[in-house]
Amino acid sequence: MAQIGQFALALAWVVTAYSIVASLLGIRLKHDNLIASGRNAALGTFVCITTAIACLGYLFAVSDFSIKYIAAHSNRDLPIYFKVSSIWGGQEGSLLFWGWLLTAYSALVIVQNWRKHSAMMPYVVAVLMGTSFFFTSMHLFIVNPFNQTVFLQSDASPLPFVPRDGNGLNPLLQDAYMVIHPPMLYLGFVGFAVPFAFAIAAMITKQLGDTWIRTTRRWTMVAWMFLSIGIMLGGKWAYHELGWGGFWAWDPVENASMMPWLIGTAFLHSVMVQEKKGMLKVWNMVLIILTFIMSIFGTLLTRSGMVQSVHAFAQSPVGGYFRAFIIVALSGALYLLFDRLPYLKSENQMESIVSRESSFMFNNLILLAACFAVFWGTMFPIISEAATGSKITVGPPFFNKVNVPIAIFLMFLTGVGPLLAWRRASTNSLKRNFLSPAVIALASGVALYFRGVQHFYAWLSIVMSIFVTLTIIREFYKGAAARSSGTGETFLEAIVNLTLRNTRRYGGYVVHFGFVLLFIGWTGQAFTTDAEGEMGVGDTLPIREYTLRVDKLGIEDTPNYASDKATISLFEYGKKVANLYPEKRLYKAGQEKQPTTEVSIYSTAKNDVYVVFQGGTRDGKKAIIQVFYNPLTMWVWIGGIVLVAGTLIALLPNKKAILRRRPEIVSKEERKEVEEKV
Amino acid sequence: MKRKQLKFVAGSVVIILTLAYLAYSGFKEGNAYYQTVSELYASKDQAYTREGKSINFKISQQDEKTKQVETLLVKYVGNDAPPDTFVDRAQAVVEGQLGRDGVFVANKMQAKCASKYEKESAAGVRKSD
Repeated sequence: MAQIGQFALALAWVVTAYSIVASLLGIRLKHDNLIASGRNAALGTFVCITTAIACLGYLFAVSDFSIKYIAAHSNRDLPIYFKVSSIWGGQEGSLLFWGWLLTAYSALVIVQNWRKHSAMMPYVVAVLMGTSFFFTSMHLFIVNPFNQTVFLQSDASPLPFVPRDGNGLNPLLQDAYMVIHPPMLYLGFVGFAVPFAFAIAAMITKQLGDTWIRTTRRWTMVAWMFLSIGIMLGGKWAYHELGWGGFWAWDPVENASMMPWLIGTAFLHSVMVQEKKGMLKVWNMVLIILTFIMSIFGTLLTRSGMVQSVHAFAQSPVGGYFRAFIIVALSGALYLLFDRLPYLKSENQMESIVSRESSFMFNNLILLAACFAVFWGTMFPIISEAATGSKITVGPPFFNKVNVPIAIFLMFLTGVGPLLAWRRASTNSLKRNFLSPAVIALASGVALYFRGVQHFYAWLSIVMSIFVTLTIIREFYKGAAARSSGTGETFLEAIVNLTLRNTRRYGGYVVHFGFVLLFIGWTGQAFTTDAEGEMGVGDTLPIREYTLRVDKLGIEDTPNYASDKATISLFEYGKKVANLYPEKRLYKAGQEKQPTTEVSIYSTAKNDVYVVFQGGTRDGKKAIIQVFYNPLTMWVWIGGIVLVAGTLIALLPNKKAILRRRPEIVSKEERKEVEEKV
Repeated sequence: MKRKQLKFVAGSVVIILTLAYLAYSGFKEGNAYYQTVSELYASKDQAYTREGKSINFKISQQDEKTKQVETLLVKYVGNDAPPDTFVDRAQAVVEGQLGRDGVFVANKMQAKCASKYEKESAAGVRKSD
């Protein structure tokens, strides 16, 4: 099976190269058959890489430890779903997975758009296959997942060798979130290759109207959504698996996913300005180029050992190749952009600082600033080493100090931007739209202040959340009220139909509301407290309105792990609300016995009580229990779900558009009825 | 430049300067030197010692140039429990200061992230200001 996989990789490499040459040559010679053959080759690449990844999956399923990658990331007793997820559990496999998603996306793009955009598509194929060629080369020559396990002899010559059992998957990764987190993240990263390819094709063909933007809008949203899901799942995993009480620590591997997200978010907003006003054309090109480069850079960052981090893969040979690819892609794209500047003239100018355009501009400016700050902080060890000779790392205080105000300002724009008029907002409309939300938010702010919320940023963020929520509710209310009085629909029907008729606008509001909820949860972190105690049976530990009481300390022994486990009663204002079972496990597989902390969390809308079994005291009679009181954390996850739901709404085609596009399935009567309603 | 555009430029400049100031002050609060064990010894920068609940361990690291293995005695006194990936022969980064007795007193510790647990990367030491 390994040979088939190996052969599929080699074939993919040849076919990808052929696809690029055939597409470009076909355009040059105006040879339709050659262009079509390039397209078919691109589809063929997908088949080849799919075969390769299926082979790898099969090798995991049958535990073929003669393959190094399988031996290093699996063991016989591993449940089958973890065996499958081990495909992306390490360097070689996760790169193959990346490459596979890219070919899958490419195939989908070809099927969807080949007829619609016949002039652009050969270039799109060439760009996507160019990227794919890079990855296929990596799979085949640099980090081949099908390499054999070898035993190094004393003279360093390798001897094939089959270990009896594999190293196993790290117990911390034996977790449902870790099964889906990487695929989501990669779907996001890789997805940005599609709008990038269209942007490059648009520049080459000089079709620089907004066709490429309209075509790729959905793709960008899809990629952005997956990236958001991936980031959220990563945070959720860290929160419930790592036992330090938080979900985000600004370490390089998190930052690597944050950077393309920030620029991608800027791009999603600024394309609207181009669609509506024909402005920011160059800027949009820059943004999509940067988003793509950042997603490759993120992949580089976590794989090359470039920034010394406990979260980076070991020093590996991939770094140089990734750097070379980034340099080639970036300089090529920028050269093309520079050359096409005359075709990218803005059709309008910014007129007023209080306008929709201007709010988009500031949104872009600070999202980019946030990305730059994250980039700077992450790369500082390298920058400082180059400048002064010593590596200096910056910690979370740096990232928080810059990004907290940025996030609050973004919140402000989230509330204000969508309601401002294009060109120039009149004073009257400002009053109409914002006076009551602002007054209510400020009044709540005063009340909050006297109720003890005196942490400045937390206060500001809550006031801002209230303000934004009110503006969003107001928008829905206004639209639905007008609609229900016009059509006779009930208020609820009116809200649904309103949303379905303009999915992007109202889906966007829902995304913004998700962001507000996320932000509220995040603000809660400012008030986290913790307590720790050495506790025997019957001992209690108070924290805020809660008290923990240890009822039982015991040892549990299973074939997979042995664990120290505490049974704890949780009381809120003296009333029992839950039983908690924090554990410290010691997994038996592998040479290095790996402990894991199984935290136990009592989660409510108000706060989480997060209990960690840190270990036993030396005499073994007591347990060291740490408890975190994390206010509002649940809202982070709820916010994430709302954000994704909003994106899904925005992805729906508008109701009216369905009717227009498929007249054959809508009878005349139905059509008339709907039109009357509308 | 037209007055209108001046407003945009001024607004942007104010935002950027504010952020730059925040970045600078944030940097002052949270920076640390990242050194390998041999670099730490070479800097001969030794400060205070601290008593209390602690975990003692050794970090060994091969110097890239001399190929010599350097060992550092570490006393971890941080509030948080050591991470799960902190096992025998794990790769770890500790943050703190080298004491006069030659023991590195660490108040923060990170061990190799579970998702990237391939061997052969270098261990290191972060020295707080």
